[in-house]
Formats: sequence, structure tokens, C-alpha cells
Amino acid sequence: MTTARPLTGWGRVAPTNARVLTGADDTTLAAAVREAGPRGVLARGAGRAYGDAAQNSGGVVADMTHRNRILHLDEVGGVVHAEAGVTVDALLRAVVPRGWCLPVVPGSAHVTVGGAIAADVHGKNHRHGGAFGGHVLAFDLLTADGQVRQVRPAAEPEIFWATLGGMGLTGIVLRAALRLVRLRTAWATVVQRRITGLDALLTGLDTAQGPDEHVVARIDLSGPRVRGVLSHARPAATADVPPRHRAQPLAYVASRPLPCPPLPGALLSKPTTLAAANGVLRVAAPPVTTRVLPLAAFLFPLDRIVAWNRVYGRHGFVQHQFVVPPDALDVLGAALRVLAAGPGGVPLAVLKRLGPGDAGLLSFPMDGWTLAADMPAAPSLAPLLGRLDDLVARAGGRVYLAKDSSLSARHMARMYPRLPEFREIRRTLDPQGVFRSDLARRLSL
Amino acid sequence: MMDALGRPQSVLLLGGTSDIGLAVVARYLDGRPLRVVLAARDSPRLKEAVAQLSSRGAVVETVEFDAAEPQTHAAALAPCFAQGDIDLAIVAFGLLPDQRAAMADQATAVRTASVNYTGAVSVGVVLAQAMTAQGHGVIIALSSVAGERPRPANFVYGSAKAGMSAFYDGLADSLIGTGVRVVVVRAGFVRSRMTAHLSAPPLAGTPERAAAAITEAVWRGRAVAWTPGSARVLAAVIRALPRRVLRRLPF
Repeated sequence: MTTARPLTGWGRVAPTNARVLTGADDTTLAAAVREAGPRGVLARGAGRAYGDAAQNSGGVVADMTHRNRILHLDEVGGVVHAEAGVTVDALLRAVVPRGWCLPVVPGSAHVTVGGAIAADVHGKNHRHGGAFGGHVLAFDLLTADGQVRQVRPAAEPEIFWATLGGMGLTGIVLRAALRLVRLRTAWATVVQRRITGLDALLTGLDTAQGPDEHVVARIDLSGPRVRGVLSHARPAATADVPPRHRAQPLAYVASRPLPCPPLPGALLSKPTTLAAANGVLRVAAPPVTTRVLPLAAFLFPLDRIVAWNRVYGRHGFVQHQFVVPPDALDVLGAALRVLAAGPGGVPLAVLKRLGPGDAGLLSFPMDGWTLAADMPAAPSLAPLLGRLDDLVARAGGRVYLAKDSSLSARHMARMYPRLPEFREIRRTLDPQGVFRSDLARRLSL
Repeated sequence: MMDALGRPQSVLLLGGTSDIGLAVVARYLDGRPLRVVLAARDSPRLKEAVAQLSSRGAVVETVEFDAAEPQTHAAALAPCFAQGDIDLAIVAFGLLPDQRAAMADQATAVRTASVNYTGAVSVGVVLAQAMTAQGHGVIIALSSVAGERPRPANFVYGSAKAGMSAFYDGLADSLIGTGVRVVVVRAGFVRSRMTAHLSAPPLAGTPERAAAAITEAVWRGRAVAWTPGSARVLAAVIRALPRRVLRRLPF
């Protein structure tokens, strides 16, 4: 079924109209691809990319969310086969109680497997755990010729690594096989420390020793020195699980979603509110706390609030995330100062340490420091984001395409040096340009 | 594509030498690559506008366009859309003849009506079709407070602008749900080339201030932009005047 309707990303900015195709099976999808008009086709998952990555104005957008079956779970080998529309949440609910877990999960459990592949998402354990793509064993890709091909990294590395991080522009991922890792309990031991000073925060972020350690810092830029709360999580041993749950330590406790309170007039977009929120962050956290939390509560903190993206009001928001190389500390410091002097008040920001990148041609993660900050969208942000993009591009860093909605094509080419290779593979796979998106139009991908 | 901050990547200016139109383009320039298509008849002023925008980093194209020849409009504008999406189009052409001259010379009155109204309707239909097909776009129609209630001193111009406002107001509503938006600008007296021969009243606006009001309305998603702000009050007063008072107005 096809209905024309406006779509936006999770940031609720820049809506465009597309014909949305829902309920399509493989045959219908292949037909839609073969009969694509001049505005092309694009797959869309949960719509959790912040910008225009899952929009295709004037064209067809294939809504994949109903393709949400888990096809097979190999409980011995630790492999799950799932359709592209299955969410991370659904996968965890299925595999965690059986003692398995996805090795890499993004900051929201609502993203789909297809979306996770398209953005080559990363988690708080990227330093040693790598990105999502490192754990994808194979996927079925519907390409521009209307054929479905099975893509494995060893057999077809070019298509595989163009699709991982390829923002849906190589084809439609239909199904994927994902590697799982063993899990003893569905709980995490989380140590939180209040830290003042950027150097101390960065040192703390660098302490992860293995792929099961998750480290992240929420930082407050409102004061003269950067302050933050560093969270360090590792899998909890059975003995550490709260007594009430110890009998079934693997029971998956998903976040209970609370509806976002109806806030008057875009409350969070007001500088005073943001300052107050930062103040809360500062006061509420004691110096060091150790807690044992359900996995989801640590991994997906914002999933506890339904539609939290609405707090930024009618014009939506941008979540700007960039990464700079490990030695570009001066650039990181400069970027923090630029953000702190922003027109809409001091944003809440999240800082992480990423490890080496994978072979994804347009994959975001690379060795270095990554910072994400939410800001209400406004024309007055333009100079700030322009300065950030300049700083990041000059330092050899990049902006995360799954979150971007303001980058220019010029910066894109500097930040992603393998873009020419990506274009070449796309030309071979999709000479007519069937797979298109607003992001691709904006950035001339 | 329009980005999260409401910045277009490509702008089509119909009436490519309009002061207000060029001021809007200049506000969107901002040091980023911007594709600008100037649709106008060839003139030294057009060349000057091309040179100026190019020097500020815009990629400028020109299209031979005559607002008074509606049968040529579809063919003239098709190539602009064929070379990439048009994120924002400004309908900025218009004639402001002297009222007495227009009443003394039938051809002048007809030309005013056909450029300001028929021409505007013609491009409005072409733009609406092309932008609906691309699934997004903003149309800015530069109309006038003179169209709110034509006065004895300007009813030839005013009646055409009344028609233009009515058409674009209707177009705005008809395009809801298509991804295309329309902003109808009800401009008061703005000091520009078009009004250079007139003596400016108090509270007259400038093209730059008009452009600021227009880009703000685009960002806010408003269907109507008043510029200068006093134009809105003036229009309300004029609408409220009894007819026997209106017909004695000296302006």
C-alpha cells in the first residue's frame, strides 16, 4: 500500500513528502525497485536517524518496520537471523534470556537492524568492541536490478563495506545474520564518577579494557571548567544481581517507557531551562556511585521517555555528533568552547572514546574522541555549526551522517576521503541511481 | 534540499533583478555553496546581479524569462528543475506604473494586469507542479498591501496584486500535504528600484529589512509575511475605512 505523506527524521526538521510503501514483501519491493521513477526508492526503518537520511522527497520510501520477524536463533553458535525491520529491543528481548547479547548496540534500542547496518552504528564500547558492521555475518540485499543477493564480507567485501554505513544507498537490506556474544546476566555494574576538567574526563574515558566495557561521559559546559559524570559499565556477575532477580539473572528488564510530559512551549529550547538542566546534572550526582542496573537502563537511557524528541518544540532539533583524532585535543577543546558559546544556551553533551574504524566506506566511527550535543534547530545555529564543521574537517575528523542535517557537500568530501570509492561502487551497482535520499541530494553523494 | 536550519541549497528568482528578491538570496548566501537561478530578460542590471552574487560564492545561472509571455513559462522553467531540485522560488517580477498613466493608456493597464496577475498565476502553476513532483519546496510570492483594498491612487496595480494575493493564498492551502509551502509577502512601501520615482512615506522599508521578514516567515512556516511591520496595521486601517472616506484618500 502506498500513501503520500510528509516525513522527517527523529530531529523533526525539514519535512519532505514521499510515497510511503508499507507492507511490502520481497516481490513487491523488487517490483517497486524495478519500476522506480526519477525520484527513486529508499528503505526506511524506525526513523531514528536525526536528519534527512531516511527521507526521499518526491520518491518512494519503503517502510520496513513491519518486516519484524526473528527468523532463526542459533543458540549453540550464537547467531541470529532476523528481518531488517526487527528492532534492537526486540532482538535483545529474544536473545538475552537465552544467554546471548548483541556485541554492539547503539544508544537507542528502537533502531532497526536495517538502520543499524545503513549507519554502521556504534555503542559505548566501540573502543574495543568495534562498530555494528564487525558483527554482521551476512545480509540479503535487494539491489537496483531487482535481484536479491546474499552479501558476505569475505565473498563480496566491496558491496558489504559500501552498504555498512552506506545510508541505504546501495540497496534495501532485507535480512541479516548477526553474531552474538555470551552473557551471564542481563545486568550491568555501573560506576559513575563526578569529574572536573577535560583532561581528567578524557583519561577516565580511556580506561576501557575490553569489548564488554562501556564508557561514556555526560558533560556540562556551562562553567569555566568542563564538568561531567563519567559512567563506566561492565557486565554484572550473578552474585551482584539484585537478590530479587538473582533466580533469573538473564531475564531481560526492558526500560519502562514513560510518556514525555507535555511541556509548555518548547521548554528545553530555552537557554534558562538548559542551564537549569545542567545545574541538576551537577548537583544530583554524588562523587562516586556504584549501582547494578538492568542492561537497558544503562544502554538506552533516553528510551525511558516516549517521544523525547518533542521537548525541543515545533522546529525540532539537531543532534550534532563529530569525531576527531585522538591527538586533536586542542580541536576538541576549541569545539567545546564553540558549543558553550552557542546562541541557544549551553547544550547537554555526551563524550566518548572510539577505537579504530572498520572498512565501511562511509562509516562514521574512527579512532578518536566523539562528542554529541543536542541543540534546538534555529537559523542562528548556522555560524556555530559552520565553525564546528571547519574545525572537525581540518583536524581530519568527521560528522555522523545518521545525525547530520546541516553539513555541506564541501565538508562531506573532506571528512569522508573514501567517498569517491563509494560513488564508484554505487555507479556499478546502481547505474540509474534508483536508491536516493534527501541526505544524498543534500550532500551530493 | 532545505537543511535543518532552514537554509536552501538552490534558489530560483523570477524577476531576477528584483531588489527584494536579490536581498532574500543574499541572506541565504552566508558563505555556503548556493545555486542561484536568475530568471529575467537580459539586461545590464541582470549581468550586474550575476557578477555580484558570483563574487559572493554563489553558483549563478540565468534563464531568459519574460513574465508577460505566459505561454513560454513552462519551457523556460523546465531546465531549472531538470538540473536539480529548486528548494525555494521567489516570484518577484512586477510592474508599478503611474496610476494616471495607466488610465490614460490602455496598453499600460493591460500590461500591468498581465505581468502582475496573469504572469504570477502562470509561474505559480508551473512551480506548484514541479515542486509537488519533487516533494518539497517553498514558493515566496511578493505581493503588496495595495492588493488588500485597492485605493483610487493605485487601483490598476492594486487590483492585479489583489488577484495575485488571492491566487497564492489559495495555492498555499491547496498544497498542504504535498511538502510544498507558499509564503505570500504583503509588502508595504519598500524603497527599491521599483519605487525610486515615488516619494517615500514615513515608515518605508528597505529591501534588506523586507528580506529579513521574508526569511523569518519561511523559517517560522508562516503563510503570510508583512513588511515593513507597519504594513499590517495600515492594511487593517484601509480595510476598515468606509468607502466614501477611502475614495477621498490622497495616496
